[in-house]
Amino acid sequence: MTLTDINQTVAVDQVGVEERVERLNKRSIKKDAKIQGLTLALSMIDLTTLEGMDTPGKVIQLCQKAKEPYAPLPELPTVAAVCVYPRMVNTAQKALRGTGIRVASVATSFPSGMTSLENKLEECRQVVEDGADEVDMVISRGEFLKGNYSYVYDEIAAVKEAAGKAHLKVILETGELQTYENVRKASDLAMHAGADFIKTSTGKVKPAATQPVTLVMLEAIRDYFYDTGRMVGMKPAGGIRKAKQALQYLVLVKETLGTDWLTPEYFRFGASSLANDLLMQIVKQKTGVYQSKDYFSND
Amino acid sequence: MADEKQTAEPIEEKPYKPSSPSSKLNFDGFWEYDEAPESTDHVEIKEQYELFINGEFIAPEKGRYFNSVNPATEEELTSFAEATQQDVDKAVKAARKAFEGPWSEMEGKERGKYIYRLARLIQERAREFAVLESMDGGKPIRESRDVDIPLAAAYFFYYAGWADKLEYAFPGKKPKPLGVAGQIIPWNFPLLMLSWKIAPALATGNTVVLKPAETTSLTALKFAELCQDAGLPEGVVNIVTGAGQTGSLIVNHDDVNKIAFTGSTEVGKIIKKSLAGTDKKYTLELGGKGPNIIFEDAPINQAVEGIINAIFFNQGHVCCAGSRLFVQEGIADKVVQKLRDRMETLIVGDPLDKNTDIGAINSEQQFEKINKYLEIGVNEGAEMYQSSCDIPEKGYFCRPTLFTNVGQSNRIVQEEIFGPVLTIQTFRTAEEGIEKANNTPYGLAGGVWTDKGSKIFKVGSKIRNGVVWANTYNQFDPTSPFGGYKESGEGREGGLQGLYPYVKLK
Repeated sequence: MTLTDINQTVAVDQVGVEERVERLNKRSIKKDAKIQGLTLALSMIDLTTLEGMDTPGKVIQLCQKAKEPYAPLPELPTVAAVCVYPRMVNTAQKALRGTGIRVASVATSFPSGMTSLENKLEECRQVVEDGADEVDMVISRGEFLKGNYSYVYDEIAAVKEAAGKAHLKVILETGELQTYENVRKASDLAMHAGADFIKTSTGKVKPAATQPVTLVMLEAIRDYFYDTGRMVGMKPAGGIRKAKQALQYLVLVKETLGTDWLTPEYFRFGASSLANDLLMQIVKQKTGVYQSKDYFSND
Repeated sequence: MADEKQTAEPIEEKPYKPSSPSSKLNFDGFWEYDEAPESTDHVEIKEQYELFINGEFIAPEKGRYFNSVNPATEEELTSFAEATQQDVDKAVKAARKAFEGPWSEMEGKERGKYIYRLARLIQERAREFAVLESMDGGKPIRESRDVDIPLAAAYFFYYAGWADKLEYAFPGKKPKPLGVAGQIIPWNFPLLMLSWKIAPALATGNTVVLKPAETTSLTALKFAELCQDAGLPEGVVNIVTGAGQTGSLIVNHDDVNKIAFTGSTEVGKIIKKSLAGTDKKYTLELGGKGPNIIFEDAPINQAVEGIINAIFFNQGHVCCAGSRLFVQEGIADKVVQKLRDRMETLIVGDPLDKNTDIGAINSEQQFEKINKYLEIGVNEGAEMYQSSCDIPEKGYFCRPTLFTNVGQSNRIVQEEIFGPVLTIQTFRTAEEGIEKANNTPYGLAGGVWTDKGSKIFKVGSKIRNGVVWANTYNQFDPTSPFGGYKESGEGREGGLQGLYPYVKLK
């Protein structure tokens, strides 16, 4: 395999990307396909709390919800992971032990990444030691926009090494990258440097995940797969609140990468309020009526 | 240096080979979409339709009717009247009377009001028109709902605006209407083609005798109902149904002043011959074999989408379809692989299902023609690839098809197939791409895909096509003229240029 020239720009046509998304959004998901899609989306959620005011109490309660999203329907799947700040990894790890739900921690001075490489690596090693199964790192957007691609590449590779057996998700913070071509380039960099997942956003910058950005990243994953045979996962994060949006994202995945990616192993939603809307729609599909919001936990 | 000792490697065929045997995308049955059919409850289809002459629906003189079939089910949908000499005479007479009576004397502003009214009525009944178009012609509801009907309304709106501004369209001249326009339209975009013909004719003060295609006359007769609803003066629009024979009666009628025809090059040539020596003005919108040229610096993922849209839009029943793909050699394998994967996600089936991408082939006749070309392609030694999708057992359905290993000399490259069939050729330099693109009797439309702006203009201006799209395909707008070079036709429709064929300038 020849390594992709990371200074080469892969052309991306903005109008074309947006038209494609618009067309895929016209897919009509009804009946069984709808229930199946909603359930699948629930199982792909990284239930997230990333606030300065997080406490063990809050995280433990979130973990309870991860394990049992909606008690009246025990057959529903659990979410894929709980995503927390480094200081909460220990708490989450204890709360989720034995459940199969993974603990994801943001690291590398999330969300800005404005610290030294040493600090980033140290933080990464620490969260893995504390029990994180997955590490969500941020790239250095400043260096990227400056054109210092090898710096960004080396940094991801170093973090990947520090993360060891933990899965590495690389957050591109697409809201700061300005163009789809930059998104594409950052995706290629991250995958070649060893990312297991590429992720759109921290959730702290607007716009967070959008469908066109996600499509550009999915296409990058596809091209990388064609070249190397390695499957890289995708995680849009931030701004996905409604079940309908979740289904639209799943359509993007299905029709771009195929059905092998339609599993929590390769696709995640970074979201918190999405879970409740999915639950509400699932119950609606099963019973025919909408339930009051009060029937769903707000953790 | 060790390198110096190396001799050139023997040239060998190197088809694209993924570096890992498992790197194949999988589009199997997991999470299949359930059926999502558009309701037909709100549309009414009569058992039999009459001719629309002088503002009324009247039976044909000879009392003959022919059946119309829903190509997705092969079931009879309704039947249409066959117009013969006496009917066409009646229609032309009504049109002449309306022309001399109210219509040509009316102020442009007033004519405009009627056309605006027609546009709004189409919008109001858009859902009904969309469902009918899909049932009658087999096109997917997604297209009839999102493209055909909204665009048809847009053409009426656009030309309604010109009705009182004709002196500005032709500064310093006094544009006068021609008289009675005989218009013959094809089956691929029935209502849309009707709007391309009727809207500019009415805006300029002409009256119309229109013949829709025999397989897709339904929306034209529904449109006749709108003419009644709009209170359009009787005889301004007349719609006569029938096959080629009826069309030739219109073309050869002494009292018709202008012929507008959209259809095959074969029929276009016959029409042109019969118009020779007459003073009838004419426009011909004929076949095509559109080149779609992909350079290696193109946004490839979007180009693949554009290629799909260019050839599989409306089952490939598009005169400007991008049916000849030219890919620069360096990216050819990659593009073909991507196209194959993309084709696996195309949904072929019930035109009324909202998820259908490719509907039914319009008629049995066309279905047979396409199948014949598939056979010709294989016999010519081309390599055929078809998507593995399921197709319904009943109805005329054709899997999306690619041909590789083809050359300029092959029939499937030269002749218009008018179906979901794409031929793929490679080129090395821009000059070669342009030469191959132009090496055809046709010249209607084409596409250029590159990230480089200067290349778009350089290549685009050398392709002898009426329309060249850059980094997109099949975009239509009422303000933009459309028409062909060479055997793709004469004259332009749409835009300011689309007014010219309907006026005398003094």
